[in-house]
Amino acid sequence: MESTQSKPGPLCNPEGSQRTLYPYVTGTSVVALKYKDGILMAADMGGSYGSTLRYKSVERMKPIGKHSLLGASGEISDFQELLRYLDELVLYDNMWDDGNSLGPKEVHNYLTRVMYNRRNKFNPLWNSLVLGGVKNGQKYLGMVSMIGVNFEDNHVATGFGNHLARPILRDEWHENLTFEEAVKLLEKCMRVLLYRDRSAVNKLQIAKITEEGVTISQPYSLKTFWGFSAFENPTLGAEGSW
Amino acid sequence: MTPISPHKPAHLCLLQSSLSYSHLAPSNPFLILAYDKIAVASHRLEPMRKGKRKKKPSPGSSQRERESQSHLLEQKENPNKNPHSFTERERHCDFCLERETKNDAVKMFRNQYDTDVTTWSPAGRLFQVEYAMEAVKQGSAAIGLRSKTHVVLACVNKANSELSSHQKKIFKVDDHIGVAIAGLTADGRVLSRYMRSEAINYNYTYESPLPVGRLVVQLADKAQVCTQRSWKRPYGVGLLVGGLDESGAHLYYNCPSGNYFEYQAFAIGSRSQAAKTYLERRFENFTGSTREDLIKDALIATRETLQGEKLRSSICTIAVVGVGEPFHILDQDTVQKLIDAFEIVQDEAPAAEPDAGAEPAAAAEEGEGSGAGADQAAVPEPDVAPMDI
Repeated sequence: MESTQSKPGPLCNPEGSQRTLYPYVTGTSVVALKYKDGILMAADMGGSYGSTLRYKSVERMKPIGKHSLLGASGEISDFQELLRYLDELVLYDNMWDDGNSLGPKEVHNYLTRVMYNRRNKFNPLWNSLVLGGVKNGQKYLGMVSMIGVNFEDNHVATGFGNHLARPILRDEWHENLTFEEAVKLLEKCMRVLLYRDRSAVNKLQIAKITEEGVTISQPYSLKTFWGFSAFENPTLGAEGSW
Repeated sequence: MTPISPHKPAHLCLLQSSLSYSHLAPSNPFLILAYDKIAVASHRLEPMRKGKRKKKPSPGSSQRERESQSHLLEQKENPNKNPHSFTERERHCDFCLERETKNDAVKMFRNQYDTDVTTWSPAGRLFQVEYAMEAVKQGSAAIGLRSKTHVVLACVNKANSELSSHQKKIFKVDDHIGVAIAGLTADGRVLSRYMRSEAINYNYTYESPLPVGRLVVQLADKAQVCTQRSWKRPYGVGLLVGGLDESGAHLYYNCPSGNYFEYQAFAIGSRSQAAKTYLERRFENFTGSTREDLIKDALIATRETLQGEKLRSSICTIAVVGVGEPFHILDQDTVQKLIDAFEIVQDEAPAAEPDAGAEPAAAAEEGEGSGAGADQAAVPEPDVAPMDI
């Protein structure tokens, strides 16, 4: 007869745990940079289920309040949870109705507190977040990791983007990029990621945030080149594969 | 007239005089019982008879308790009978009578609806809350003014005696917010601690300064709670909150009632009307004022409340917050220099400055003497109350 007292609690027992252990449906990198008028952010629309590219229309960037834009990689359901927290935050901010509004810096700090708090409880929100915004002419771009590490920079990336996109940005980013230059630079980064990151899909959105507000583009694809002789006629031996 | 009772020990009279302030506090049954026990120990006492009124009330502290207990019952039984009539009060003892007849505000206390903060009067007033606002008027003056970019807080610091230090009335809440209080300084201290805590929590979560308007609303909500709980009492302190945020410089006044108002300039505390009159004449210029002019106006307004006493940096405190300037209290030397700077100009001006001609030493002594004397006469409330002067 099993004594009920010897049954370990949910926190001690890994099988019955309520804590986050591994992510299930994940998004891949987000890349963002500051340009002349504000922030430009790009993320593809893929949600991977392990190694399967299962969902191909996941919006991984969302506007927050009047002044911020949030992009996330990692667990999609945790991102949705964060959006609910932020929704409530923005709601209460609006309810004050006093002319003050939360800017990107405040939202970034709030997110840091939330992520760090969850990490301390050993129940992290499995995301790497990119928070960008413009308020009163001040541009702000920051990142928060799932363990609460946060920083601010002129260009940030999550996941694979850190390894593949940031070196490009370090070389080619400069102050006061025009919109077209910035888009080209971002697309260059996203193309590299598309080629080299196995969880990337060729369907991406670019979002821009300026003093006027947020615009998230319609999904589109990047042109890729596969005309290498080594790739010629790949389905010769396997009809129907791609 | 009241017969002087030879059997009444002196300390009981003191007890009664302190009891005469119980109309300011809600009828706390425990408080009454505590006093009752003291009375039993020291004096022959009639038992408390609830609901039964004696035609000729005998001396003793129980008289007060019986009245308040019985009146609570009588409110329901006999609304027409006013237990707090002046004649009944007279019979306490000579000591109380002496004080109370001099009390101008005693007419206000003839209310059977003022014992509890949760009791409405038929006219729709909460007397306890209004009494709490009276407490603010007993504190020494605090003045606030703002321009587009700066807020200046000034207050009159009176020390109890030459030996003691003066009450701290201006508190820094954060780098961008400060508060000046008038009334019960203990309550003010507690509230400024709350404000500091709120400001720092906001800064920790959002890494940006708490907007003044939000702090003030939180403060007002906190004050409102005390006006709607029978086991609490309203805070007896008025707060002048001055601060800077995105939308500019702000000055707010928080009442014990839980209301708050935004002002261009305001003064609270005793003899604040003189300061208000001065500010009303000048406030239209404040928006565009420079920092120095604003401080000068604050000092002049402070001087108005002193009514003849010479303004010195030892009896006033000035604090400034502005764009690029965190909230800080100016040190005495700076303030004295500022006073000297405009006082020289003021000598020719027609504004009331009786000490202008006198030598500084004599003037200082005179000013202090007349100031102290004026204090006693002007302030009707006897200084037994544990409030800041």
